[in-house]
Amino acid sequence: MTARKITYRDAVREAMREALLADHRVFLMGEDVGRYGGAYACSKGFLEEFGEARIRDTPLSESGFVGAGIGAALGGMRPIIEIMTVNFSLLALDQIVNTAATLRHMSGGQFSVPVVIRMATGAGRQLAAQHSHSLECWYAHVPGIKVIAPATVGDARGMLKTALADPNPVIIFEHATLYNETGELAEMDDYAVDIDRARVRRTGSDISLITYGGSLSKTLAAAELLERDGIGCEVVDLRTLRPLDDAVLVQSVRKTHKAIVVDEGWRSGSLAAEVSARMAEQAFFDLDGPIARVCSAEVPVPYARHLEQAATPQVENIVAAAQKVMRR
Amino acid sequence: MPSLGADMDAGTLVEWLKSPGDKVRRGDIIAVVETQKGAIEIEVFDDGVLSEIRVKPGDEVPVGQVLALIDGADEDSEPPPAETATKAAGLPSRPMDQEPLRTVSQPTADGPKISPAARRLAQSCGLDPGSITPGKDGVIGLREVEAAAHHADTTQPAGIDQRAMRNAIASAMARSNREIPHYYVTSTLDVTPMMEWLGAYNARQPIERRLLYLVPLLRAAALSLRKFDDLNGAFVDGRYQTTANVNIGVAIAMRKGGLITPAILDTASHDLQSLMSKLSDLVRRTRQGGLKSSELSMGTVTLTNLGEQTADALLPIIYPPQVFIIGCGQIQVRPWVIDDAVVPRQLMDVTVAGDHRVSDGRRGAQFLRNFGDLLARPEEL
Amino acid sequence: MSNSSRVHLDRNHALELLGQMILIRRFEEKCAELYSAQKIRGFLHLYIGEEANAVGVMQALTADDAVVATYREHGHALVRGLPPGEILAEMFGKSDGSSRGRGGSMHIFDAAHRFYGGNAIVGGGLPLAVGLALADKMQGRQRVTCCFFGEGAAAEGEFHESMNLAALWDLPVMFVCENNGYAMGTALERSESETSIARHAESYRIESEAVDGMDVVAVEAAARRAADAVRAGAGPRFLEARTYRFRAHSMFDPDLYREKSEIEAWKTKGPVVTFSQWLLDNQLVRPDDIAALERYADDVVARAVAFAEASSWEPVEDLERDVLAPVGWEVSQ
Repeated sequence: MTARKITYRDAVREAMREALLADHRVFLMGEDVGRYGGAYACSKGFLEEFGEARIRDTPLSESGFVGAGIGAALGGMRPIIEIMTVNFSLLALDQIVNTAATLRHMSGGQFSVPVVIRMATGAGRQLAAQHSHSLECWYAHVPGIKVIAPATVGDARGMLKTALADPNPVIIFEHATLYNETGELAEMDDYAVDIDRARVRRTGSDISLITYGGSLSKTLAAAELLERDGIGCEVVDLRTLRPLDDAVLVQSVRKTHKAIVVDEGWRSGSLAAEVSARMAEQAFFDLDGPIARVCSAEVPVPYARHLEQAATPQVENIVAAAQKVMRR
Repeated sequence: MPSLGADMDAGTLVEWLKSPGDKVRRGDIIAVVETQKGAIEIEVFDDGVLSEIRVKPGDEVPVGQVLALIDGADEDSEPPPAETATKAAGLPSRPMDQEPLRTVSQPTADGPKISPAARRLAQSCGLDPGSITPGKDGVIGLREVEAAAHHADTTQPAGIDQRAMRNAIASAMARSNREIPHYYVTSTLDVTPMMEWLGAYNARQPIERRLLYLVPLLRAAALSLRKFDDLNGAFVDGRYQTTANVNIGVAIAMRKGGLITPAILDTASHDLQSLMSKLSDLVRRTRQGGLKSSELSMGTVTLTNLGEQTADALLPIIYPPQVFIIGCGQIQVRPWVIDDAVVPRQLMDVTVAGDHRVSDGRRGAQFLRNFGDLLARPEEL
Repeated sequence: MSNSSRVHLDRNHALELLGQMILIRRFEEKCAELYSAQKIRGFLHLYIGEEANAVGVMQALTADDAVVATYREHGHALVRGLPPGEILAEMFGKSDGSSRGRGGSMHIFDAAHRFYGGNAIVGGGLPLAVGLALADKMQGRQRVTCCFFGEGAAAEGEFHESMNLAALWDLPVMFVCENNGYAMGTALERSESETSIARHAESYRIESEAVDGMDVVAVEAAARRAADAVRAGAGPRFLEARTYRFRAHSMFDPDLYREKSEIEAWKTKGPVVTFSQWLLDNQLVRPDDIAALERYADDVVARAVAFAEASSWEPVEDLERDVLAPVGWEVSQ
């Protein structure tokens, strides 16, 4: 099987282009997706190829165009709504939480909302407090939607297709620091991957390191360092944040008896808290010590580089946590 | 008193706008009621004559209570007693509330800090947590339990020479292979009822009283063996003699390798809890030393249990002068057929080996049938 | 009473209009009674006084068009053709209700009638309507999405965003603002610097018309003009219907913010009483006809009550049903 090198950004772009070509109901809508080529260049060239009707630049009206995307989905289209970042998605929370998430249950099952919402997320580029949020856990909190976080080029390439085929609202979080990263993508006829399973990215038997999205590469790097110290880490990539794949988590913890959750959200009320609770519920008697969490410090993300680094999970933090958990 | 809002429980009557004897028509305002949000006018929904006023100004009245009577109104003009949805639908128990609460062990005030996994390992090794040295941080983890178990193995057990014992086992096994014509019978048992019963039983017990699944296996084996006297006895000097009591030898792995099979004397006389204590005691004394020679020599049948995450089945070798041995493979969830449907069940392959000079495959099969039947009704064990 | 050349007001049509308004009136009055008896719980917002708007506008819509409404949507649902029994059962919380009892008074939905709720968020339905219209335009369908909302929604950002998108993308939405002067307890003059909502819409270059919401014929005429234009592909249209609600915002509202005299004054100009009088004066109907319409309405309402009473509760075990749709599920458009 041949493989090629591809950036995360190009994987996202390829996935969208494939979707636009395959189904005339699919269209892309968001700020600067057309003329500008996408704030993160994920839709470069699309306007020329697909035209203005299907590559819609919107005004700065998050609530308006997200709601419109929901309405369009109800009306038979398959929109990909791009909210530039999770920071701006707060303006569209009402439509996502009060319309998209509720419509099916509240109407007694009469409708479904087949909408895909993509957003960039995360910190690490000195963009300060209002542009550095990781609010995946807020969305993962809400029944009626699905939430996924592709962390590899394979997932960036393959999750979109599955998300578009899903009749429910699917929110895709793309960590902003991943766009420039390059990875190996095995060539295949159909790149579609599931959006409901976690994946073990590295096997080990001493500690389970559980993470998602932008923190995956840091966690893998920490695992490499820990290996040299004789600590074998099993790295689990959550991939889907709602629903969470308990089975993979529990299986890993049953093997290693120790767990650390790495999450760029703030510790309080985080996804890491939810994962910890589930492991405590389902694998309590297999644990050889308390579950540890490596999360962002409880501060608005600062601008100065050294402060931003100190405020967010880094490789050293993960390594230190592992050594503490191993009681070294 | 009508309900005027989701959070209204009661109202205070301020003023009657009609008197007894007045004709009222649907839509007329009949009284003013004070609520948290202010004064609200009450309208009537019937035509008739106001006959009796039951509440006076200043009275606070709960929602649903009669304020006044109107003659000429339909029989069912009085609002029926409020029937809440929950009452009508029966007491709601939300499906997710039915998940069983897992009991969390309460650490004693001055007990050691021991992790759940470590506690479980200590129990299965027959180690008392109180006897395990904690780490520098005061915690007993898997590491400390393993160290304690290893230490127990490396100290010489009083009364038993490990090396001599191993040699004895080796020669016995070789003799068995040479002299005993083995037949083997295998059965796959659906142990889901047993495991479910065990799980429920253990959930109600404190940690010290929980049972390993080996215990119901032992009991079922003992009860069955009482009925098969050609499987429970000794073959010595060319002759077989059945033994009255069933003394099941439990195969226990020794730390430095090898199996030893001390017996629980008169196995069938012990109930499950008692068997568990006996088993723990045997395991502890096996690891630390202190086995009695009678326990080593008086076994009548052996049961060897591979345990969790091992292998599906084994072909066991009979320990002479015994004439029967029971080998249990791991319990695994595998497909099974019940009522023409394929369902996942917890299954265990059991292989028995018998001395063909004394019994034959059919007997082995009958034993397995009996054994399986007893395990299918774990609550009766 | 206005005389419109677009509305063919013969006896039958007059009876239809009046009958629908009377049905809504009786239905809403019954809801008030049922709420007091605790059969209907939560919030209840009655349409009494505003009937002419739903009745008049629906005349301009076809079964293929879409309707988006607000929490004060019982009248719209009734005229749209949703079975009265199902609407009432929904308010009772029963499983035969339009939304299986899960939504209540504020969340009436019916896919078969293209009735998209029922929304408790003021302004929340506008982007949804924009989206439905967008889908129609992108798929080359010539139909209208009619979006009802109150003047309170004009203050919300979603109003502005939706107007702008509809005009910018030339979408087939008919916006119908039912301006009853009060957003819950706040009068329009106290919340809007520009109190003409039609003028708001014009600032987005959307053709707008203000109409007397108490005059069902005027409403129908204006609605037909607007809907025809939208259907022909002329882009969005906006109607501001000046109307009034005779009852409080919801059941638990002491109405402290309005003068009794103001309410009484509007009642004399109410849609049912004025239309009835005009028809009688012009001998298009007789008093017997009106009595018959009232009896018919009472009968429909009584049967709806019986249906709702007889309906069962959704089993608690089904609580988690239909949070998500199974992969492959699609509703026909």
